[in-house]
Amino acid sequence: MKIHEYQAKQLLGRYGVPVPEGEVAVTPQEARAIAEKLGRRVVVKSQVHVGGRGKAGGIKLASTPDEAEAVAGKILGMDIKGLTVEKVLVEAACNIEQEYYLGITLDRAAQKNLLMVSAAGGVDIEEVAASTPEKIARVLIDPAVGLCDFQIRQAVFGAGLDPRALSGAGKFIQALYKAYIDLDCSLAEINPLVLTAEGTLIAADGKITFDENALFRHPELAQYAEGSEEDEIEAEAHRRGLQYVRLGGEIGIIGNGAGLVMGTLDEVKDAGGTPANFLDIGGGAKAEVVANALEVVLLDPNVKGVLFNIFGGITRGDEVARGITEGSKRLDIKVPIVVRLTGTNAEEGRAILAATSLVPAETMQEAAAKIVSLARG
Amino acid sequence: MSVLIDKSSRVVVQGITGREGGFHTRQMLAYGTQVVAGVTPGKSGQTVDGVPVFDTVADAVRSTGATISVIFVPPKFAPDACLEAADAGVDLAVCITEGIPINDMVSVVNYIRKTKTRLLGANCPGLITPEECKVGIMPGNIVMKGPVGVVARSGTLTYEIVSRLTREGIGQTTCVGIGGDPVPGQRFIDVLPLFEADPDTKVVVMIGEIGGTDEEDAAEYISTMTKPVIGFISGRTAPPGKRMGHAGAIVSGGKGTAQAKVEALSAVGVPVPVSSREIPELVRERLG
Repeated sequence: MKIHEYQAKQLLGRYGVPVPEGEVAVTPQEARAIAEKLGRRVVVKSQVHVGGRGKAGGIKLASTPDEAEAVAGKILGMDIKGLTVEKVLVEAACNIEQEYYLGITLDRAAQKNLLMVSAAGGVDIEEVAASTPEKIARVLIDPAVGLCDFQIRQAVFGAGLDPRALSGAGKFIQALYKAYIDLDCSLAEINPLVLTAEGTLIAADGKITFDENALFRHPELAQYAEGSEEDEIEAEAHRRGLQYVRLGGEIGIIGNGAGLVMGTLDEVKDAGGTPANFLDIGGGAKAEVVANALEVVLLDPNVKGVLFNIFGGITRGDEVARGITEGSKRLDIKVPIVVRLTGTNAEEGRAILAATSLVPAETMQEAAAKIVSLARG
Repeated sequence: MSVLIDKSSRVVVQGITGREGGFHTRQMLAYGTQVVAGVTPGKSGQTVDGVPVFDTVADAVRSTGATISVIFVPPKFAPDACLEAADAGVDLAVCITEGIPINDMVSVVNYIRKTKTRLLGANCPGLITPEECKVGIMPGNIVMKGPVGVVARSGTLTYEIVSRLTREGIGQTTCVGIGGDPVPGQRFIDVLPLFEADPDTKVVVMIGEIGGTDEEDAAEYISTMTKPVIGFISGRTAPPGKRMGHAGAIVSGGKGTAQAKVEALSAVGVPVPVSSREIPELVRERLG
């Protein structure tokens, strides 16, 4: 789960990570009031879940409250990569002398968390990692002992930061690591980390991604989940507890198990179709879940056909068949549906489906070919 | 022969009195697995389908000589359950639980690697040695005894591929599901050497998916193996930045693409068919 920059800064601030003073505005007038209160030059930043906000014109400096109101007026309502800006962060601008990169994330290959520091901050760090990996100092964190101060020194010296940054870096990075662990993050990134003309370090931007598996430990983070989805159908699916990803094509795909559903997407693509979505009903799904899944997939107006691919293990074929028939009774379905059922109670399931207009298929390849040709009409 | 489990394996089920634990205990018993003990704190003295329940894994191991543990406890308690299994000194702990926080598994996996216990999972379907023993939730009716070792990240896709092999008369030594989490106890590089060392395994089928670099790391090891390996990568058409169900199945920061995996495997002579239906034929060619 991703959160907005202003939310990340609020959380990081609580852990002692230095962040600029600022507040969120939803109208130009509010932006003006915040700028007046801060009483200095401010930066007005659009709050949307995409990168490249600066390049898109979604981040502007303002020297006076008048100017803050004017730029907020321009940024609010602006479209950035398909997302409408509804909020801006108005915060004190810092006197930037150097821009660094600081990040903590999981290194899957090493199976440990990784601290990354680079003097080449402010830009796309993935590009730095790809073209000049030597510019990023990395240290792996042993979960048993945590991040050690000597490791921070290794990273800071290794990255070649200005010596003036050293004194503040230890406390700054320990605070970020504490936030990363306490809040169960999978990414905590400060880019740019600014060394000011006064010689202090401050987080000019902040990005946090939470591990969704750990949300049970953080009921207070639930407030951030609202509105964090980029897509309405995805939001609806998640409200219904379904693993759904919208993919933009024409064939709706429902299956049990992430690997099998991914494999089905691949087969549909190979058969010449375009997948509209990924939807995993999980293990042991009951009829109601299946009916719900069908309903969510059909919310997408681009869907011209639906493919069910179920390999029964804990999931029972008869339950799935009942769910499909219930769902198709409840909805006015105008698109073809191909069902491939195998494994536990598949016979019973196929018997239930025999009385319907649903199209059966033996294998996933046959199912993919059938739905692609039916959807073409 | 087989890897990790066989008919002599003695299994303890952690969370045996739960709904999932109870259901799959019956399934394992029906398959012929020697389930010798269960653990649920506070319920010692009870039995589940004739299997005695203990308060701690240490008690269960001491009383029954169990050497394999399978874990069916909720995500909140599963990391502790893994550590308890390692503390009791089992050879293999199989964690079925899905949804454990990643940082918990970072701690658990790094700790258990320093012990004598091997951890499989979490978020995995377990493993099965046909006609001998099944530990976890893989359906027993889709496998048959034979010369192919199977190791896979996904569950149902593995059932799909294994049942196809079985239908075409190609049996398996052991099928091992390593699971779809980003920090798994066993990776491909941990399991492949077991098949390499197993005299009955003649060919290995490795079923991977997008996300991480485990398949690329495996390719390096495969180049040193004497046995042929067939690869498969699920999620070729998945877009970057989208998590495809499994917490581990995501292409991010240009890493974990299907293309990179297929290239790494092809470079060491591993065929990676586009469709899973081609796998049995590729295996048959190599069995000779």
